[in-house]
Amino acid sequence: MSEAPVIDVRGLTKRFGPRTVVDHFDIQVPKGAIYGFLGPNGSGKTTTIRMLCGLLTPDAGEGTCLGFDVRRDAAHIKEQVGYMTQKFSYYEDLSIRENLDFVARMYRLDRRKERVQQALDDLGLADRAKQLAGSLSGGWKQRLALAACLLHDPQLLLLDEPTAGVDPKARRDFWDEIRRLSARGVTVLVSTHYMDEAVQCDFITYIAYGRKLIDGPSTEIPVMVGLETWRVEGPDLAALEMRLKSEPGVEQVARFGAVLHVSGTDKPLLNAAVERLRAQGTHRWTLQVAGLEEAFIYLMAGARDNFAADPKVPT
Amino acid sequence: MSRAAPARKPDGHFFSLRRFGAVLYKEFIQMRRDHITFGMMIGLPLIQLFLFGFAINADPRNLPTLVEIGDNGPLTRAVISGMQQSGYFDFRGQVAGTAAGEEALRRGVANFVVVIPQNFERDVVRGRSPQVLIAADASDPSAVGGAAAALSGIVNVAIRETLIGPLAQPSAAPPFSVVVHREYNPEGKTSTNIVPGLLAIILSMTMVMITAVAIVKESERGTMEMLIATPVRPLEVMLGKILPYVFVGYVQTGVFLVAASVVFHVPFDGSWLAFFWGFNLFIVVNLALGFLISTAARNQMQAMQLSFFTILPSILLSGFMFPFGGMPGWAQFIGQGVPATHFLRVIRAVMLKGGDVPDVAFECGALVLILIVISGIALLRYRQTLD
Repeated sequence: MSEAPVIDVRGLTKRFGPRTVVDHFDIQVPKGAIYGFLGPNGSGKTTTIRMLCGLLTPDAGEGTCLGFDVRRDAAHIKEQVGYMTQKFSYYEDLSIRENLDFVARMYRLDRRKERVQQALDDLGLADRAKQLAGSLSGGWKQRLALAACLLHDPQLLLLDEPTAGVDPKARRDFWDEIRRLSARGVTVLVSTHYMDEAVQCDFITYIAYGRKLIDGPSTEIPVMVGLETWRVEGPDLAALEMRLKSEPGVEQVARFGAVLHVSGTDKPLLNAAVERLRAQGTHRWTLQVAGLEEAFIYLMAGARDNFAADPKVPT
Repeated sequence: MSRAAPARKPDGHFFSLRRFGAVLYKEFIQMRRDHITFGMMIGLPLIQLFLFGFAINADPRNLPTLVEIGDNGPLTRAVISGMQQSGYFDFRGQVAGTAAGEEALRRGVANFVVVIPQNFERDVVRGRSPQVLIAADASDPSAVGGAAAALSGIVNVAIRETLIGPLAQPSAAPPFSVVVHREYNPEGKTSTNIVPGLLAIILSMTMVMITAVAIVKESERGTMEMLIATPVRPLEVMLGKILPYVFVGYVQTGVFLVAASVVFHVPFDGSWLAFFWGFNLFIVVNLALGFLISTAARNQMQAMQLSFFTILPSILLSGFMFPFGGMPGWAQFIGQGVPATHFLRVIRAVMLKGGDVPDVAFECGALVLILIVISGIALLRYRQTLD
């Protein structure tokens, strides 16, 4: 990357009382990239995003966002960032047009009426512009929120679980839009729980207990995790699954429809276990390249719900 | 694999004690978790009980009284000490002349001004039956009532104890008379007293509550997060949110003034400018109070409850319902901190007593002081970020 990264922060830390929610977090996001932000509930994704756009003051750490200092220049950052909150945060008792118009005024945009009308047309909401935002379904609310945070042509989009509670069709449309924006040079940082969304990202960072576990181009993540995966097809997979889980070297058995993916990081041990079962001849075994999905299931298994006390960190 | 169906306890189909108990238990847990509401349910009622229980006195005593002395003899002293001993009057000092006495009444420094005429004792001895004038601030009739009723007894005692020997007159006409002059509300109409005060109460109720709820609503619905993610400044948000309610306050005041004049025939004797200053200050103080409440409340319900807590002192400790001078000293001290106390004095001074700007300057100053304290605390508590 020749250009300076859009987000470049080091050592970002946030504490709420005795709890360290984000712990020395580093991230570099190149311009125009779609950066996936993954991790279990309560791992600090929302807190990190809020620190990046100036809603929270970091307790420690430094860096820049769009070239502005994240600690001192929150006001400048806000001018050029579109932030989509996890929960719908527009006025339910205002109409769609009124909401967009309000946001346009917040950013002091010129040609306001024109921009709002354009956004309504893009949304396909021009004929429902007078409808109250509160009466929209989840998918439409999400589209309204995206349109609202794009009104001021931001250089950077921060999306906090934008597709939670949205149907698959709307999700697909949403991601098409994100890729169009990325192609136009808009940088996107998006947090998500969905595997199929994670694979759409150019880069991925995985965080748990406020700390980064892994970070890199999405194609390299499986290699970095270092999993060996066997694909198994055949009858009575439930029984086989039970059996596999007690074998040494088998760290993860994941079911995808009529197929099992059996993975482990200790290759000789895993392969020995597989050979023993393979000798029975009941199932078809194929060694395959571990994908992102296995990698994530593996990462998530290691760090469940982060609202529970962190067993590794003494408080 | 077969799993055994969970065994259900044989309990009533129509009313299950277990389910009922579970709901009850859950409700108590939720009640305990909501600290602010819990505090309001237990703590505030206790505070209010003690505060108002001890402070409120429907038969007020120790009302501030000034005296204009034209003669200083034993009879004068006997009358004054008799009044003092009755417990109703608390002599705070002397006034130099009629004008000074009137000003003291208009500004609310004293409830009564007692005027002992010149040559009072000589006229008594000569049997000319002079008049002792008691000018009373009847803009609050209940403050004057009890004290005035006690006067004739006080005078009789003073006569009996002082005019002895040859001066003792058998039973003929009393040696002097006491005339109570009810200023500002000669008919002693309650509505004349209550109606101006109601503006203070109505404004407090709506202004504080509406502001508190309007601000809390933003954070409760999550729209505050969107709002502060935009370049908007906190001051723009605050002013923008508060000004519409200033307008509401103006409308309320306008409606009130028309109704007071047309329906209740309450006079408006004083200066509009003094009124204008007072009510604008009062509206702003209430909005600041609402803002302060919004920084403490986590949801709209708590904001409502906390606002309501501020209403009771406005009604009970401000002098609206019970005479301010009749409360014990500590309650008056607390009452001084209630914005409605000062606005009440402003509005009564202006509407009933013909007050002008200088007459309300002190009370307006007090409102400014309260405003500074409240907004200072509120701004310290207000967070620009979500921290």
